[in-house]
Amino acid sequence: MFISMNWIKDYVDLSGLDINKLINQFSLSTAEVENEIFYKGSDIEGIVVAEIKSVEEHPNSEKLHLLKVDIGESELIDVVCGAPNVRVGMKTSFAKVGARIGEITISPRPVAGFVSSGMCCSEKELGISDDNSGIMDLDPSLPLGKDLKEIFDIDDIIFEVDNKSLTNRPDLWGHYGIAREFAALSGRELLPLDVEDLSKYSDLPSLDIKIENDDCLRYSGIKFDNISKTVSPVNMRIRLFYCGMRAINFLADMTNYLMLEVGQPMHAFDSRKVEKIRIKKFDKPFEFTTLDGIERNIDENTLMICNDNEPVAIAGIMGGLDSEIVEDTTALTLESACFDPVSVRKSSSRLAHRTDASQRYEKTLDPELTTIAIARFVKLLKDIDKDAKVISSLTDDYRRSYERKTISIDKAYVDRYTGIGDAISNEHIEKTLKALGFEVEADKGNFTVKVPSWRATKDVTLKADLIEEITRIYGYDNFMPSTAKSSLYPVRMEEEKNLEDNLKDILVKSFRLHELHSYMWAYHDEYKKLGMEICDNVKILNATNPNIETLRRSMVPTQLCQVKVNTGYASDFGVFEIGRVVNGLKENGLCDERKKLAITLFSKNDSVKDLYFKLRDIIAVTINEIKHKELSFSGIDAKYSYQHPKNLNAIICDGITLGEIGIVHPLVSKKIDKKAAIVYAELDVNEICKVENAGIHYEEASKYPGMEVDLTFMADSYAPIKAVIDGEKSPLLKKTKVTDIYVDEEGKAITVRLIFSCMDRTLTREEVQAIVDGIISSLAKENINLKA
Amino acid sequence: MNQSIISLREKLDATLNTVSTISELENIKVEYLGKKGSVTALLKNMGSLSPEERKSFGSEVNALKNYVEQAISEKTAILQALELQKELDAVEDFDVSVPPVLEHGSYHPITLVQRKCEEVFRTMGFVVEDYSEIVTDYECFESLNIPPFHPARDMQDTYYLDNGQLLKTQTSAAQNAIYKKYRDALINEGKPIKAVFPGRCFRNEATDACHENTFFQMEGVMVGKDISIANLIYSMKTMLSEVFENYDLKVRLRPGFFPFVEPGFELDISCQICGGEGCPSCKHSGWLELCPCGMIHPNVLKEGGIDPDEYTGFAFGLGLTRLVMMKYGVKDIRDLNSGSLTAMSQFIEDK
Repeated sequence: MFISMNWIKDYVDLSGLDINKLINQFSLSTAEVENEIFYKGSDIEGIVVAEIKSVEEHPNSEKLHLLKVDIGESELIDVVCGAPNVRVGMKTSFAKVGARIGEITISPRPVAGFVSSGMCCSEKELGISDDNSGIMDLDPSLPLGKDLKEIFDIDDIIFEVDNKSLTNRPDLWGHYGIAREFAALSGRELLPLDVEDLSKYSDLPSLDIKIENDDCLRYSGIKFDNISKTVSPVNMRIRLFYCGMRAINFLADMTNYLMLEVGQPMHAFDSRKVEKIRIKKFDKPFEFTTLDGIERNIDENTLMICNDNEPVAIAGIMGGLDSEIVEDTTALTLESACFDPVSVRKSSSRLAHRTDASQRYEKTLDPELTTIAIARFVKLLKDIDKDAKVISSLTDDYRRSYERKTISIDKAYVDRYTGIGDAISNEHIEKTLKALGFEVEADKGNFTVKVPSWRATKDVTLKADLIEEITRIYGYDNFMPSTAKSSLYPVRMEEEKNLEDNLKDILVKSFRLHELHSYMWAYHDEYKKLGMEICDNVKILNATNPNIETLRRSMVPTQLCQVKVNTGYASDFGVFEIGRVVNGLKENGLCDERKKLAITLFSKNDSVKDLYFKLRDIIAVTINEIKHKELSFSGIDAKYSYQHPKNLNAIICDGITLGEIGIVHPLVSKKIDKKAAIVYAELDVNEICKVENAGIHYEEASKYPGMEVDLTFMADSYAPIKAVIDGEKSPLLKKTKVTDIYVDEEGKAITVRLIFSCMDRTLTREEVQAIVDGIISSLAKENINLKA
Repeated sequence: MNQSIISLREKLDATLNTVSTISELENIKVEYLGKKGSVTALLKNMGSLSPEERKSFGSEVNALKNYVEQAISEKTAILQALELQKELDAVEDFDVSVPPVLEHGSYHPITLVQRKCEEVFRTMGFVVEDYSEIVTDYECFESLNIPPFHPARDMQDTYYLDNGQLLKTQTSAAQNAIYKKYRDALINEGKPIKAVFPGRCFRNEATDACHENTFFQMEGVMVGKDISIANLIYSMKTMLSEVFENYDLKVRLRPGFFPFVEPGFELDISCQICGGEGCPSCKHSGWLELCPCGMIHPNVLKEGGIDPDEYTGFAFGLGLTRLVMMKYGVKDIRDLNSGSLTAMSQFIEDK
């Protein structure tokens, strides 16, 4: 919203103050001001009132005229002018020699063969409106040669307030509310609005107004006729233009002007079309054409203004085409109403039509404002158009107001919130609140505060809200920062957070993997390209893009899509991510959100087997480093298209299934890269967290020589050998290693090295042999024999 | 001197001149000094000599033996030196100007910046909390004093799920749970609540270089007795100075409206590029809008089981994604979730 400092100065005397500093203060204390401040009028100089004394056709041009103009100096001035509306006797704005318009300084110059010593100007050329239809047609009573800036409010300082920073301040959607802030910030007095006393019309007939739906809080109206003006005064048009609105016609400009001044949207109807004003909703949807000529679908939730049963306007949003003021309109009815903010917001978003009015109603306007705005309108109207006549009494259906609040607050409470003690005095508290329109009863640091209607609609309800009023006007820059007092106590790492950090560090530092981020949903198109199905899952109701509507159940497909993007990055790489998936719904209907760690390795050099074992060892080392425990694996069946049916294993630790490791199915894998091996693993971080950390168990190294025994067994798998060796309870057997595995025509041979030692003596061959024999015979029972 | 001794010496001298390896030398040593060696053989013939002759012959043989030993040992030293030189020469001159192979893993830049922030807050006694990404309406809105029909709940901003939950639009969604988790320690032991909670957030909006539907924030809260606006300003200034490693950093507060704080602020920091002088990146204002913050709204505390008449607190929200973009000069926000290794593998450790 654009704010005109001239307009502010109508209501607060800021003379002698640094306006730029005040605007900055406003930004720091009230609402965000955009960086650029506009100094209107600063780029024009030397524009005066001139009278056209003669008009001659230009001999060589149909458009141009040769004028002689009088600016009250001894001689007439020759001017060449292209405006279509020139006429003898017309007074217009004239840039004389030496005048400045933007970058141009006016000097005598030839135009189509004639010297022009100056320029007649349009409003657009002067930057005071976008009217470029002709040169200005000024009031004939204006004195010749008078500087235009002395006649009109061309010089002004305009700044823009970020609308988002006004969402909670319905009172700041008009200049008067902003002026109140400037008054509080400058310590100057806020002048009252200049309004008409409407009680003098109370004997006139009233309007027929009836609210039939609670979404209308208040509806006030008044009727006029005999309005002769069609064009608004120049100053009014300048203000509207500077504040970002186009001048349309006198009545439309008046309602816009009032909205910009007091913040109350208003609407003028042709009185013939609104004899029985009813505010209601309809049972059935219908079509309705608004002022802008667009046909809109109205549903049963949209509040309408009606002439009995005929809709004439969408409440709080826009008027209808049929009830618009037209040329033969003689009497008009002015609406000044207050509608429910939620109702207006919903209707305007349903209609996808946001207007200056609707965005104000959305903020919860003060219902007290409707009649104030009418009183101001009438005053302004009568000032401008002496012929205008009020022909009804002020008619007002006031159904619902907001709760009036009285808040008690004391100095101790303020001190506790501010932390700066007496820097904010009792006097400051009282003065600030009063300047902002609160009624305050002060009694030695106890304050009883009545919230004014314009702040009571939703903004100020609590003591904390008053703290904001007091502190922002005091100025946050004036606060002396201080540290909080707090006792000492240890801060423990949250376990899962800690685990996450550890996982990342090991994967990045020890295994040179790359951490990537991805999205929570399954990308339909990308999955399809790789031949992967979308698993049924929780869906986003309002996804703008159907490609992302299903949440993912696994991060593996996501990661495979990422691998696809990176096949050209390097011939070998590994990526990982700790992210979330949704495993359907839990019994209580909430999403079963899981935190997962997914790892994918890609290689154009390694065999799929080597790559698989590389990944297995990455996981084993990682878990071992964090939990000091070993993993086991157990075959599972493939369910999804990306899973290779073979070597798909569950990863288990301490009886807890952590996740799975597998090869990417060749059909998917080949779509990513024809030749590369791709393996993946997905682990559940919440499950890893459940595994208890075994910790480090230090064992002193023996000072006596140990003994190593190598045994080669014929076996299909190491697992049964491991089971037997793990079952060997002798404290002398310290360690086992698999040193060789080879396959020949006899089968698979696994060589195991058993390492023995004892703390207090040198071992004898016999005692070691006894243990070895025990292991051999246990394995023999399972049909696993030493290689011959 | 005995002729045989002389000829042996001459023969040895001649042989040693031709020897070029240690192993040949070993053989020569055996040939002369071994049990069956030629010097040893001389002694075997001594029996046939008279005692006088034996004495002089004996000393001549000994002298020969010493001569042989010394000659061999000298030759050994020479050959060893030669061999060492050969070994040294065998190593080629390396070209160290060949570029090194810099292979390392990488962290996502969010992880790096998040850790930096977490570390700052941990040193100031804040606990780091984690939270789910899918939350309820209560967590994301209702418990935060955002009434039904508030614009913040608009469909166009929030991803609603078909089970009634939603993807969290702000890390503030964890506030209520954190108050409930720590309120007993606050009330019974007087331990102020000091927590930060980073997390992924979602907004239902079209993406472009400056907008993402998935991004990271880090929220922080401190609740205790008499936590004041003066404390908030102090804490924010101190923490942000550490985060930006800029100890001349200036902060300022402006009023800002967020339903879960009152008073609410927009916090600006002095522009990190021009230092506050004004430049294109701060639109010549000298300030950068960085993080919303404020005194926790009494209704929010109440909803978390904390009596707002007893306790006060402040909350702030840092845009981690924005910090990453500022710190590393990332121009297009979408790069961060692109999964491109060419882009993301550049973020190795950054302590």
